[in-house]
Amino acid sequence: MEGLLNDIAFIIGTTLMYSTPLIFPAIGGVITERSGIINIGLEGMMYFGAFVGAAVAYFTQDPWLGFLCAGLAGASLGLLHAIATVSFSAEQIVSGIAINFLGVGLALFISRLVFDGATQTLTVPNKIPLPLDFLFGDGRLFPSAGFMDLVFNRFATVYIAFALVLVSWFVLYRTRLGMRLRAVGEHPEAADSLGISVFKIRYGAVITSGFLAGLGGAAMSIAVVSRFNNTLISGHGFIALAAMIFGKWKPQGALLACLIFGGAKGLEIFMGAKGVPIPSSLLATLPYILTIVILIGWVGRSQPPAAIGKIFDKGED
Amino acid sequence: MNGPASSLREKFLHGSLAITLMSILFGFLLGGVILLVAGFNPLEAYWVIVEGVFSRPKYISYVIIYSTPLIITGLSVAFALRTGLFNIGAEGQYIMGALTAAAAGYYLKLPILLHVTAAVGLAVLVAGLWGGLAGWFKARFGVNEVISTIMLNWTALYISNWAITIPSFGRQGTGKTYEIQPSAQIDILGEWKRTPEGIAFLREHPMLWDILKSPVNLGFICALILAFAVWYTLNRTTLGYELRAVGYNPHAAEAGGIDVKRSIVVSMLISGALAGAAGAFQVLGVSHRIATLAIMEGYGFDGIAVSLIGNNSGPGCVFAGLLFGGLKYGGSKIQDVMGAPTEVINIMIGIIIFFVAMPKLIRLILNFRERRRRT
Amino acid sequence: MTSIDFSHKAVEMIDVVKKFGDFVANDRISLTVHRGEVHALLGENGAGKTTLMNCLYGLYHPTEGTIRINGEPVRISDPNVAIRHGIGMVHQHFKLVEPFTVAENIVLGREPVRFMGILDMAEARRRVGELSSRYGLSVDPQARIEDLSVGSQQRVEILKALYRGAEILILDEPTAVLTPAEIKELIGIIRNLTKEGKSIIIITHKLHEIKQVADYCTIIRRGVFIDRVAVDAVSEHDLAAKMVGREVSFSVPKTEAEPGRVALSVRDLAVKDNRGIFAVDGLSLDLHYGEILGIAGVDGNGQSQLVEALMGLRPAAAGRIMLGERDITSASPREIIGDHMSAIHEDRQKRGLVLEFDVAENLILETYRRPPFSRCGVLSHQEIYRFGEHCIDTFDIRPQQATLTAKSLSGGNQQKVIIAREVSNNPDVLIASQPTRGLDVGAIEYVHQALVEQRDSGKAVLLISFELDEILTVADRIAVIFEGRIIGLLDASEADENRVGLLMAGGGP
Repeated sequence: MEGLLNDIAFIIGTTLMYSTPLIFPAIGGVITERSGIINIGLEGMMYFGAFVGAAVAYFTQDPWLGFLCAGLAGASLGLLHAIATVSFSAEQIVSGIAINFLGVGLALFISRLVFDGATQTLTVPNKIPLPLDFLFGDGRLFPSAGFMDLVFNRFATVYIAFALVLVSWFVLYRTRLGMRLRAVGEHPEAADSLGISVFKIRYGAVITSGFLAGLGGAAMSIAVVSRFNNTLISGHGFIALAAMIFGKWKPQGALLACLIFGGAKGLEIFMGAKGVPIPSSLLATLPYILTIVILIGWVGRSQPPAAIGKIFDKGED
Repeated sequence: MNGPASSLREKFLHGSLAITLMSILFGFLLGGVILLVAGFNPLEAYWVIVEGVFSRPKYISYVIIYSTPLIITGLSVAFALRTGLFNIGAEGQYIMGALTAAAAGYYLKLPILLHVTAAVGLAVLVAGLWGGLAGWFKARFGVNEVISTIMLNWTALYISNWAITIPSFGRQGTGKTYEIQPSAQIDILGEWKRTPEGIAFLREHPMLWDILKSPVNLGFICALILAFAVWYTLNRTTLGYELRAVGYNPHAAEAGGIDVKRSIVVSMLISGALAGAAGAFQVLGVSHRIATLAIMEGYGFDGIAVSLIGNNSGPGCVFAGLLFGGLKYGGSKIQDVMGAPTEVINIMIGIIIFFVAMPKLIRLILNFRERRRRT
Repeated sequence: MTSIDFSHKAVEMIDVVKKFGDFVANDRISLTVHRGEVHALLGENGAGKTTLMNCLYGLYHPTEGTIRINGEPVRISDPNVAIRHGIGMVHQHFKLVEPFTVAENIVLGREPVRFMGILDMAEARRRVGELSSRYGLSVDPQARIEDLSVGSQQRVEILKALYRGAEILILDEPTAVLTPAEIKELIGIIRNLTKEGKSIIIITHKLHEIKQVADYCTIIRRGVFIDRVAVDAVSEHDLAAKMVGREVSFSVPKTEAEPGRVALSVRDLAVKDNRGIFAVDGLSLDLHYGEILGIAGVDGNGQSQLVEALMGLRPAAAGRIMLGERDITSASPREIIGDHMSAIHEDRQKRGLVLEFDVAENLILETYRRPPFSRCGVLSHQEIYRFGEHCIDTFDIRPQQATLTAKSLSGGNQQKVIIAREVSNNPDVLIASQPTRGLDVGAIEYVHQALVEQRDSGKAVLLISFELDEILTVADRIAVIFEGRIIGLLDASEADENRVGLLMAGGGP
């Protein structure tokens, strides 16, 4: 019985751990797409953020500074995407693809410069801390390696991610800013005619999505593992994109989707650990196949923001 | 409007070609700035790249080998784009093509020509279906092809990795499959150049030897043929007319009697088949096997870049593929020669696409220059 | 008309010029509106009316000229500034956020908040309720826009402006989408507003509405100021002549129709719209060779879905469509075109043309698979461009170059390309849906002439239009569509505006 409980706790714990790096970019995706701008550059932003986070955390020995800089790194790519898509009416998918090339290129370029030609960083001295660690262990509130420990003794990024979902939900649906952002994504001409600056809102949204994607990268490189390497971010940004669509462009939906995808990963690791003879590669296809299945049956009929991907041009020279 | 000469001039100065050329120029300029900031002499770096591409026949053949899959995946992306479909899935279709070709090349026992034909045919078929699947999802269920092809990319990657773990196919512990049979290989003089007579002959012809040192193969010729075929199909056939009409305006195409859903599936089928051909040629001509992939190899994503830089046309893809292949191959040398990170090439490609995405900005710059010249 | 305060000039636009690149959209136009006045801005499509008003509302910036509000010169840099000066605008295409509620739409941009930008929607609903009862504009603040009728949506737009304290209200083509009954209601609302001292500017090209509601009228033509008149002092004919620049005849020269046997027969047709609601619901009609059957009705009564079902672009949920002897209820568009029924669709840029294709390519959109344009799947460019040149000559398409993209043509010439394509197909039945929308008078006459020519050559023509005038001048018989069915059928000789108008609003015959 205890063993089963601990197994469940292990799966929940790993699910939380692997969902977290997806939640940040997925929420970023929700924010930018709700303002009407598609961002398939999330992958490149995460990649760059993962590198910058690990590099800064390595050199300064401060994981929080690394975390912040990762966000700024993502945001800088977000700024580029915003310049192209908002100011110069760029095809949003194409600009996103450019961002993916740039993110990977910049990360590896700088990595080779500062880490002696290597495409990976060295191990960071301090990872993102476990804020509740003092509660667990011998003689403390909960025993170590018990159910509570396995589930709740998680990196701070996990808690930040959940808080982020709450905050983003609140901002989107309960504040002036959120209402304006949604209006811009549904009908930019209407928002514009009421004096709302489509330009500012979209810039803000795209840069924020870059910032969050960068944080997601760092949540991988300085929390889940303790260094960046060139295969660390492999498709996370794209899965986050899927999670956002799966979640119908809503923060709470995106969270659910990230948990499902993280859960698939948790299950994969668990089965691998238990030696269950299921080919791990085939299990790894689960999130992707699931997404397609869901898109066909469910989200296929749901409505993205009406003005998404469309160029807003005031038509004045 | 004074005949073709001036229209070509017009294209150079203001049209799509001007935008492409300006974007490439910006890519090199800003790439140079980044190198400069990093403490390298950009002119030296570009010279290393140029030398690394042109100074020996072997280098040129390597560029061609590098370019071949990029040209073909570029054609794949371009073909779908002309129907208004963003095939982000060339990567996955490439993987499925490579996997099928490796399996067919290894398991089938057939005479030379037949074996190659069968391997390529099967690869094209499987990859075509893989691409067509995304088309069908869109036509039947309205699933956005950008999302479904991204999902299919990763599905393909893991299927390929799983296949390599099958004992009769993958060499245990190496993460690679067994080499395909010689009858399925498309290397030029691949067998002969390793025989004693071949070696003896090549010793006396160092130039030829230099070329044949690289795995030169028939893939490039096939890529050129495919580029022509894509151009011809899109511009000279009723099928191409239909697909372009659907790409520009599906509503009008439908009202004109064109079956839009069928066009979407057909376009993705052909697009997938092209990407699959790229994978097949790479396996049959260069790698002769497939290996476990930790991350995407990127041929499909690079194909998107090639297509965009090549303005989504057949000839454009050949040009852009050679450019990209040259940069990739030549760029790998600045690492050894100068210690400059080869990834500057990725950055440059990113910058080029970034500018290609913003014709509005480029026009602004071009007009600005013109206005200044007038005053 | 007693509400005008002539001592108070609410709006003065003086010598306003607006250029887009080299194109002059407004060339020194002046406009004065007094407090409490209803002022009509009259001009043809493309005359520059909306551009001028966008300048007043801050969406565009005038290249030259002065704007004074209540006597003070102002620079209106964006809509916020316009709103601050008490200017509100209701656009022709409503600018409403569909998934939002009425209250959310009204307060958007000026939302009541508690603190730190947290919305106070209860307050918003209260204020909206207060406004709507004060001006007699009844709407439910909690309703979603997508569930409202067009008339209610327009009321939301007016409330939006009033919520922002508008004293000067610009209405851009406000009656285009309304039923006659809703138009009456709108006129009542406008009277209420002027009584409260508001000034109203109505952009329109409908003459009888100007006579009904406006006090003064400014007429512009091709971006140039023509005249400012007191509406009482002029006739509709004078207004029309000033608008178009020459005498216009309101009739199309045509002979008596000689209807033959039935060409198209529709029985109990039902068609769903995109939301799954029956837009066409039990519609029956018979169209004869040698006649133009006009379908009159207000936008949104199932016309679009009817045309799409007839052309095989939308499945019929029930009923039967017979083209001559053949049942085409579930035929594909290609089969229907092959059976000699063609359509000029209402949205020529969406359904009619591939804008990126050149003229010649557009002309073969339905015939590219047949010789001589292609053989065994290979196109013959020589034949395609020869045909293109031929159509350009026959149908007077300008500029006369088959290799120009459709995008670069004017609206009238785009429509000529479509007419050329459909007429060249030699159809037995030609459906023309809103064929003159957005065209200037010359092009309208051309289109009407083309339809009459089709009829005179013994073909059947189905004309669908929201413009009652067009139906009355062109059609031989008139069917009135309301909520997806035909509720009245009249001979053109016995039809007049009042009878048809009553039917269009769902009233009994």
